[in-house]
Amino acid sequence: MMEKKPNALLTWIDARFPLSKMWKEHLSEYYAPKNFNFWYFFGSLALLVLVIQIVTGIFLVMNYKPSATEAFASVEYIMRDVPWGNLIRYMHSTGASAFFIVVYLHMFRGLMYGSYQKPRELIWIFGMLIYVALMAEAFMGYLLPWGQMSFWGAQVIINLFGAISEPLAEWIRGDFVIADATLNRFFSFHVIAVPLILLGLVVAHIIALHEVGSNNPDGIDIKANKDENGIPKDGIPFHPYYTVKDIVGVVVFLIFFFAVVFFKPEFWGWFLEKDNFIPADPLKTPEHIVPLWYFTPFYAILRAVPSQLGGVLMMGAAIIMLFLLPWLDRGKVRSIRYRGGIYKTMLTLFVISFLALGYLGTQPATPILTNFARVFTIIYFVFFLAMPWYTRIDRTKPVPERVTFK
Amino acid sequence: MSKDDADLSRRRFLTAATTVVGGVGVAAALVPFISYMAPSDRAKAAGAPVEADISKIEPGEKITVLWRGKPVWVVRRTPDMLERLKKIGDRLRDPNSEVPQQPEYAKNVFRSRKPEYLVAVGICTHLGCSPTYRPEVGPEDLGADWPGGFFCPCHGSRFDLAGRVFKNVPAPTNLVIPPYKYLSESLLLIGDDKGAA
Repeated sequence: MMEKKPNALLTWIDARFPLSKMWKEHLSEYYAPKNFNFWYFFGSLALLVLVIQIVTGIFLVMNYKPSATEAFASVEYIMRDVPWGNLIRYMHSTGASAFFIVVYLHMFRGLMYGSYQKPRELIWIFGMLIYVALMAEAFMGYLLPWGQMSFWGAQVIINLFGAISEPLAEWIRGDFVIADATLNRFFSFHVIAVPLILLGLVVAHIIALHEVGSNNPDGIDIKANKDENGIPKDGIPFHPYYTVKDIVGVVVFLIFFFAVVFFKPEFWGWFLEKDNFIPADPLKTPEHIVPLWYFTPFYAILRAVPSQLGGVLMMGAAIIMLFLLPWLDRGKVRSIRYRGGIYKTMLTLFVISFLALGYLGTQPATPILTNFARVFTIIYFVFFLAMPWYTRIDRTKPVPERVTFK
Repeated sequence: MSKDDADLSRRRFLTAATTVVGGVGVAAALVPFISYMAPSDRAKAAGAPVEADISKIEPGEKITVLWRGKPVWVVRRTPDMLERLKKIGDRLRDPNSEVPQQPEYAKNVFRSRKPEYLVAVGICTHLGCSPTYRPEVGPEDLGADWPGGFFCPCHGSRFDLAGRVFKNVPAPTNLVIPPYKYLSESLLLIGDDKGAA
């Protein structure tokens, strides 16, 4: 490092605002483990997608009309008549699915390497709150185009609250049915309330992360091994090392992202459902109501339970389970690399059942498929509820002193 | 002022009193914001009762009337249909309409004021889809024992021609019967039953 002359402007700012201090704390002197692998791209990618969604969202709002009579036509107007409108809109709709892909991979990374374990419980909790806010954001955003699936998807979900109390559902809708009032408030929440909450949570997530330091694929505490300057021997400054690495990730991600935006924005009905190109009609239910793919695991759990209220509770419990993960895991090691066979088997079963539920949630509920959904729902819950037991008896391998590169 | 001079109990009281008053203020401020989201007067007015002319319904036919944005079905049932409704009680979850999904005058086997006309909200009690009208007996896709009724394409819930839910389907309760009354032999008022005979 070469010595730099103190910059007069920077000195002036630093006396009034901790600019250099924050730069050092969060980038140039934030020491991250040097053995990050592929799975560590998805945090920064999630941030990138958030920026894409905010920027494209700002521009979409310039031409979108949150009114039951005009919403559908205004989206078509954006698509057909506004210069580059189709690109901006497809970036936003693809961005929604990309957000969930990236976040699910990011969460799976946490599961694999035990990143939620002590002392990172709050990072995990903030992350889960981001996930819940993201689901609310996606759900309310999907109503805005006012297509058939927008309308009937929202109908199904708001009636879940109706299962608890009908006045509650009326209060959420602002009407006796999904109507203009509902569209308007969802617009307000989608563009103001939830993004504000999301941004706040993202800041909290990162501050908590930088307070305790990043986990790594070995699940080793790198702060246990410091050099004479108090810098972890296995740590490297986030900037420039990981900023540069993340840029490579960004480039690869954007290649895939824009391949979808340019060539297959509906993604064969997975990112934009075919029925949503038909304007909302309260008197005509689509043959087969399916939420978008990122909700289908929970939708399958909802349908697997024969009682309505029970289904709602099970669906809620499926998400609560994830929140409780730091306290359910009694394992002595963090990373899957040093866990025993039981945890590896359970995690594999969990991933299979999550994907299978995701698939079943897109299919009509025939008796056979419903029985499959029940089996996978049970596996889903067993993964969590039996965790305190099987993580304790699992035969773990010895954890090395220093990080490894595999 | 040194610590010894401070009247701590007085200070505690003032802190508590300020907190309570502030808390009440916040709670009071929530009232307009929460009420703001309830259905507006215009939405309530749009939910006013609607009239339905039933003189032109053929036996076995169904018409749909819009009330509060919901489809309300009026089905003119044939004597055959009514006869079948009496026989399938054991296949239904709530054959006697014990769950309050209907006004008192519709708590009977036909779930209606007059047996001939069924008036029901055409929204599945499971998750709010609109079931299809399938009056035929024993069609191929619904099975030979299908007595005629309503089938929900979303999650496969089944209702008979009185809107009563079958056993072993996702919907938990019978279809909702809205309040209604006969203004004359051929005119229904849906959404209001006050002063009706």
